[in-house]
Amino acid sequence: MRRIITRTLLAIIALIAIGLWVTRPQALAPGTLSGIEGDVARGEIIYAAMGCASCHMAPGSEDRLVLSGGKSFPSDFGTFYAPNISTDPDHGIGNWSDAEIASAVLKGTSPAGQHYYPAFPYASYGRAEVGDVVDLIAYLRTLPADQSPSRPHDVGFPFNIRASLGGWKLLFSGSDWVVTGTLTDDQIRGRMLVEGLGHCGECHTPRNALGGMDTAQWLAGAPIPGKDNERTPDIRAPSLDWSAPDIVAYLKTGLTPEFDSAGGEMVDVIANMKQLPDDDLNAIAAYLLIVGTDTP
Amino acid sequence: MRKTLVVTLATVAISVAALAGADGHADPKQIEAAVKARQAHMQLYSFHLATLGGMAKGEIAYDAEAAGSAADALVSLVQLPQGGYWLPGSDNASIENTRALPAIWAADSKVGEAAGAMVEAAMAMQAAAGTDLAALQGAIGAVGEACGGCHKPYRASAN
Repeated sequence: MRRIITRTLLAIIALIAIGLWVTRPQALAPGTLSGIEGDVARGEIIYAAMGCASCHMAPGSEDRLVLSGGKSFPSDFGTFYAPNISTDPDHGIGNWSDAEIASAVLKGTSPAGQHYYPAFPYASYGRAEVGDVVDLIAYLRTLPADQSPSRPHDVGFPFNIRASLGGWKLLFSGSDWVVTGTLTDDQIRGRMLVEGLGHCGECHTPRNALGGMDTAQWLAGAPIPGKDNERTPDIRAPSLDWSAPDIVAYLKTGLTPEFDSAGGEMVDVIANMKQLPDDDLNAIAAYLLIVGTDTP
Repeated sequence: MRKTLVVTLATVAISVAALAGADGHADPKQIEAAVKARQAHMQLYSFHLATLGGMAKGEIAYDAEAAGSAADALVSLVQLPQGGYWLPGSDNASIENTRALPAIWAADSKVGEAAGAMVEAAMAMQAAAGTDLAALQGAIGAVGEACGGCHKPYRASAN
């Protein structure tokens, strides 16, 4: 009897060990960035497309270039605080290597080899091109340093066990696209901007019990965490029913086809989107117009 | 121009400051009328923005006169005193049928500043709208941004 218990325990321990190994935090493969030169000017556009400032500038700040962090993100699992990602060597990421920053953005893995919480939208950013991230990093290095210390997340047991996030990543992140099929070049570019860099799904797609995006309800609108009775809108083409010029004008001005205006977090999104070239905004419209349709 | 702007900003500041000082015991009928009035005010912004925004988007042919009068209307609207219909107790935590957040009436409220930014954006549009389409297109973004200046912190999202 005792032997059976011992063996069962050993088997369980072995299974846990295998599970932790399989879901261990992964950095980018060594050499992934070698030979890729960052372009600061392109990085500035990537920075706007990825919306870094919306989350990492100080709460209430209007300065989109000072990434001191501190904004709170309530969720079902606890409250997360955006960290300082300014160039400060002590409180920000000034001392990180390019590979470390790229692993954080694309893999959700910290320089110390820990999983990040998916409040950092690496489940979307994981679809980005390495070259775009290298451009972003070149731009981030030109931004001012800020000495505000990062605030620890307020997350209780069991969600404070970061090792468990490996399973989450396995289930809900990766570089696969949501909308697949035969797409035009414009739709493909738009898909990168919406599903990847712009991480629109993070707010506009409902989440399942484990906090993963329910891709069957892709961009169908979702409750806003921490706000009772408030939702992000359903932006699938048949529900939204906007034309391409409507979408482009909205992303440039925040004015809807009814000439209401963007509100809430979307105001910051518009501040980012209006910095994108017209080609990119047209691409976003081309992609959004096929979401929720049978076209692709 | 400069003087007009200063006077206007002062007027807006006063009318918004009146919010804080107003008696907090309006009856439900007054509150209901106030909510209707401010929503009508927003509807009027929207009506004139439809002309300006429609031209900026290329949906309506550019017409200097029509653009100019829509911008004039916008400037008139932003200068109307609004204190009377932003009554304390008319926030979305207190009543139905409004998305106005209680933060509007909080001690650290910045609605006055946001209203000032709206006045500036409307005046810039007034200067641009009758010039040509490119000028109008250049000014519409700031108007939308000024709308967001209040709608980001002070209006709840729809449900």
